[in-house]
Amino acid sequence: MTAPSGEARGVEQYLERYESRDLLRFLTCGSVDDGKSTLIGRLLHDSQMVYDDLLAAARRDTIRHGTTEDEIDFALLVDGLEAEREQGITIDVAYRYFSTPKRIFIIADTPGHEQYTRNMATGASNSDLAIILVDARKGLLDQTRRHAFIASLLGIRHLVVAVNKMDLLGYAEERFEEIRSRFADFAAKLQVTDVDFIPMSALRGENVVRSGESMPWYQGPPLLSFLETVHIAGDRNLIDLRFPVQMVLRPDLDYRGYAGSVASGILRTGDEVMVLPSMRTSRIRRITTFDGDVGEAFSPMAVTVMLEGESDVSRGDMLVHPNNVPQLTREFEAMLVWMAEEPLAIGREYLLKQTTVQVPAIVSDLRYRMNVGTISREQADSLALNEIGRVRVETPRALAIDPYARNKATGAFILIDRLSNVTVAAGMILDREPAESLSARPIAIDAGSNVRTSPGRGIAPAERSTKLGQQPVVVWLTGLPRSGKSSIAYALEGELFKRGKLVAVLDGESLRLGISRDLGFSPRDRAEHVRRAAEIAKMMADLGSIVLAAFVSPTEAERRVAREIIGAGRFVEVYCNAPLEVCEQRDQANLFARARQGEIHNVTGIDAPYEPPLAPDLEIRTAERSVEEAVTEVLRLIL
Amino acid sequence: MKRYVLNHLQQLEAESILIMREVAASFAKPVMLYSIGKDSSVMLHLARKAFHPARLPFPLLHIDTGWKFREMIEFRNRTAKELDLDLIVWTNHEGKRDNVNPFDQGSQRYTHIMKTVALKQALDHHGFDAAFGGARRDEERSRAKERVFSFRDRFHQWDPKNQRPELWNLYNSRISKGESIRVFPLSNWTELDVWLYIHHERIPIVPLYLAADRPVVERDGALIMADDERLPLHEGEVPEIRHVRFRTLGCYPLTGAMESDAGSVPEIIEEMLTTRVSERQGRVIDYDEAGSMEQKKKEGYF
Ligand SMILES: Nc1nc2c(ncn2[C@@H]2O[C@H](COP(=O)(O)OP(=O)(O)O)[C@@H](O)[C@H]2O)c(=O)[nH]1
Repeated sequence: MTAPSGEARGVEQYLERYESRDLLRFLTCGSVDDGKSTLIGRLLHDSQMVYDDLLAAARRDTIRHGTTEDEIDFALLVDGLEAEREQGITIDVAYRYFSTPKRIFIIADTPGHEQYTRNMATGASNSDLAIILVDARKGLLDQTRRHAFIASLLGIRHLVVAVNKMDLLGYAEERFEEIRSRFADFAAKLQVTDVDFIPMSALRGENVVRSGESMPWYQGPPLLSFLETVHIAGDRNLIDLRFPVQMVLRPDLDYRGYAGSVASGILRTGDEVMVLPSMRTSRIRRITTFDGDVGEAFSPMAVTVMLEGESDVSRGDMLVHPNNVPQLTREFEAMLVWMAEEPLAIGREYLLKQTTVQVPAIVSDLRYRMNVGTISREQADSLALNEIGRVRVETPRALAIDPYARNKATGAFILIDRLSNVTVAAGMILDREPAESLSARPIAIDAGSNVRTSPGRGIAPAERSTKLGQQPVVVWLTGLPRSGKSSIAYALEGELFKRGKLVAVLDGESLRLGISRDLGFSPRDRAEHVRRAAEIAKMMADLGSIVLAAFVSPTEAERRVAREIIGAGRFVEVYCNAPLEVCEQRDQANLFARARQGEIHNVTGIDAPYEPPLAPDLEIRTAERSVEEAVTEVLRLIL
Repeated sequence: MKRYVLNHLQQLEAESILIMREVAASFAKPVMLYSIGKDSSVMLHLARKAFHPARLPFPLLHIDTGWKFREMIEFRNRTAKELDLDLIVWTNHEGKRDNVNPFDQGSQRYTHIMKTVALKQALDHHGFDAAFGGARRDEERSRAKERVFSFRDRFHQWDPKNQRPELWNLYNSRISKGESIRVFPLSNWTELDVWLYIHHERIPIVPLYLAADRPVVERDGALIMADDERLPLHEGEVPEIRHVRFRTLGCYPLTGAMESDAGSVPEIIEEMLTTRVSERQGRVIDYDEAGSMEQKKKEGYF
C-alpha cells in the first residue's frame, strides 16, 4: 500500500471527526398545535439536513393539503403515514435523524393527543432528554404537566421547556418568566435533574438554530446549541456491573462464550463474578469481540465473555460482581403503564420480559392508579389503556432486578399478553422499602424469597384496641444525648400505667446491650440500630401497646425509615430540643467530655451531626420545661 | 480520565448486534434478507461481529429478479464463498416463465411479482419466522414509525395501525404459527452513518457505488445503465459513456445513476456532505406517489 497523500490524510481526519461524534436521543412532546412539527421541521431544515427533493415534495404537498398559503409548511416535512396525514394527526412515535458537525441526534417525536401516554412512554424509554412544547399564549396546561410527569416516570433527567409562538405575544419577557416560574414550581416535585427554558418562535426560526434578535432579554443559547452541548454522559450507571447473557456461542469444543451487552457497570478481565440466579462464582477469563479481545467493557458494548473453569451459564443468567448484587426476588413493586385496549386483569398470567429473561408473571395487586392530570393517587381495580398505576408483580422464578431509578436496564420490563402476543404494558421497578436499603448488613440475595405475608389472617387490630381500650401509638423521642428523652419516656410510662394503659419504654441504651450488641456507632451501624428499634416498636404496637421510643436517631433518613416501618398513622415524632451546653452539663457519665478528648468517637453533637426534625409533631424545649410539663404536652397529643 | 463513552458509530453498532443476537436467541428459524447493496453489506458485517467466532446462525436469502446488475451477482457469489455463508437464491419461477419484466408489465406490477410475491414464496417455502432487512428509518417518511421488530401476519401483511409498542431494548418476539417478524437492525442508522461505517470497517461493497465510466441512457431525467443487451432502446436512443455512480442498487432498468467523480468511499462521503439530494431519488419505483412506499409495505414488500 502507498502512503496516503496529504489531501487524503486531510479527508481521513475529517472523517474521523465525523465518526467520533456523540449521540443524543431526545423526545419531543406537546399538545396538538403547539408547533411541535414546525419546530422539528425547523431543526431539520435549518441544520441543512433536509434534502432538496424532500423539500420539493413537501412544497408539493403543501399545495395539495392547502395548509399554509405561501411559506412551506415545515410540519409536512415530518408527518409520516398517509393515513394520518389525511386525518391531520400524528398517531404514533416517529423517529427522525439529523446531525451537526458536533453531534448526532435521534428524535423520538410523539404526538400530543389522547394516546400520548403510551406513545410518550415508548419514545421516552430510549431518550436522554425531553423537549416539552408550550404555546406561550396558552401557558401551562394539564397536558404539559402530564408530559413532564411521564418523562420523569420514564427516568428522563433533562427537560427543556420550549416556550413557543413568542412572536404572537410580541416576544414579551414577562409571559416567558411567568411560565418559567410556574413550571419550575411544578418540576420541583418530579425527579428530574435539569430543567431549562427557551423562548422561541419555531415558525420564524428564532432561538431554534439561530438566536432570536427579537428577544434580546434572553441570554441563553438557542435550542440547537443547547442540544449540542448538554452533558448527558453522567447519567449512565458505571458502578453496578450487570451483564445479562443473551446467548451462548459454542463454535467448537474449545470455545464457550457468553454473548451479551453490558447493561451497566464495567466488566474487566480477571474480575471475580457471580452468576445469577445460581450464585456460583467464577472469574472473567477473556472478553472477546470480532475486533480482538478487550480488557474491559462497559455499557452499551456488545461483547462475548469467557469464564474460567467449567461453567454452566445460559441465556437469561446475569453476571455481576459478588459484592454488588441486584435483588433476586420473586415479587416486586413497579409503576406500570398500560398500553392495550383490553384492561389489566389482576391475577391473570402474562409474560414478563426483563433483560434477557422471559417468564410468566401475574400482577397480584394494584396499589393505586395515578391520575396523571392532577398527579394524585386514586383507588382503582384495573388499569385501562394509557393509565398508570403502582402494582405488585409476582413471578414463579426469581428475577435479578434493580430499581429503575438506579438502573434502567435491569429495572425495566414489559408485559406480553399470552394469547394475542401483544405488548400490553411497560413497567418500571420501584425501590425496596428504604428500611432495607439502609440496613448495615448486605441483604442476603435470597432474603424474603420464601416468605409470603398473608393478610387477613389473625386478630384484627381493631379487636385488640377494643379489648385494651386504647389506640396503639409509638411516641418517637429524638434529640441529642442527655437532652431528656429517657427521663420524659419513663415519666410518661409511669403516668400512662397509672391510667391503666398497656405501655412500654424502648430505649436505645438497653437495646444496645442486647439485640444490637453487634453494632457500634458508625453511621451504618446507627442506621441498623434504628431499623431494629423500629421493627420492635412495630411489633409492640401491633400487640396494641403504647410504645415510648427514646432514640437519638440523628438523621432525617433514619427517622423516615422508622416512620415507614411503624406506619405513619401511629407514629408521633417528639423532638427533645436542648442546647448542647445544657446536655453537657447534665452529662454525668462524661460522654461528651470523653468525646471532646478524642477518647470515643461518633458522639452526636460533638463529632457526629444531628439533623433537627423538619416537622416534628411536638417540640419540647427541655431546658425550659420541667419533665412534668413535658409529660402533660405529650399526653395531650396522644390521648 | 477515561470517559467510558462510545461514539455514535460504536453505539449504533452495539445496538444492531444486540438486536441480531436477540433474534438468533428467540426465533426458531431466522433468515437474513440480503440485497447485495451497501446496507446489506453493513448488516452482514454486523452479523459476523455479533456471532464471532461462530458461523452465522442463519442463512442469507437473496430474491433474484433476474434483472440485477451483473456486478451485483458476481459480488454476491464471491462474498458467499469468501465468508462461507449459507446463501439461498430465490426467483419467482412462474414470473420468470411468463417473462415478467420491467418494460412490458411496468415497474409496479413487475416489482410486485418478482420481488414481493417472490419474497413471500421464499419465506413460506422455508418457513422462516424472522427475517432481517436492511431498511433504515431515515430512508423515507413512511419508515419513520417502523418498529425494529415489525410484526407481519400470516399473509406477510403489515398493519400500520396495529404495531406493537417497543420500549427500551425489550423486543417482543412472541408470534403464533405462520406469523413472522421483520427485523430492522439498521433502523437508527442514516445513509451517512452507513458510509462512515463502511469506510471505518473497510467493508467491501459492489463497485457500482463508485464513480466510473458506464454506458447510460437518459429517461425521464434518470440515467439508466445499459448493463446488458436486454435493455430495449427507444428510437434514436444510443447509450453514451458517462462518469456515474449509484446511490442505491436494485434492478438495473429501474435504478437511476448520478453523475459523480466520487471514486472512493471517502469521496462519496464528502460528496454526501455537500450535496443535498436524498437517496431514493435514484429509485424509479418511488416516484409514483407520496406515500407509495407505505402502500408497498402493507402489501409485503419491504
Ligand atoms: N405564530 C406562530 N405560529 C406557529 C409557531 N409554531 C407553530 N406555529 C403554527 O401553529 C400551528 C400548529 O403547528 P404544528 O407544528 O402543526 O403543531 P403540532 O400539532 O404541535 O405538530 C401551525 O399553523 C403552525 O404554523 C410559532 O412559533 N409562531
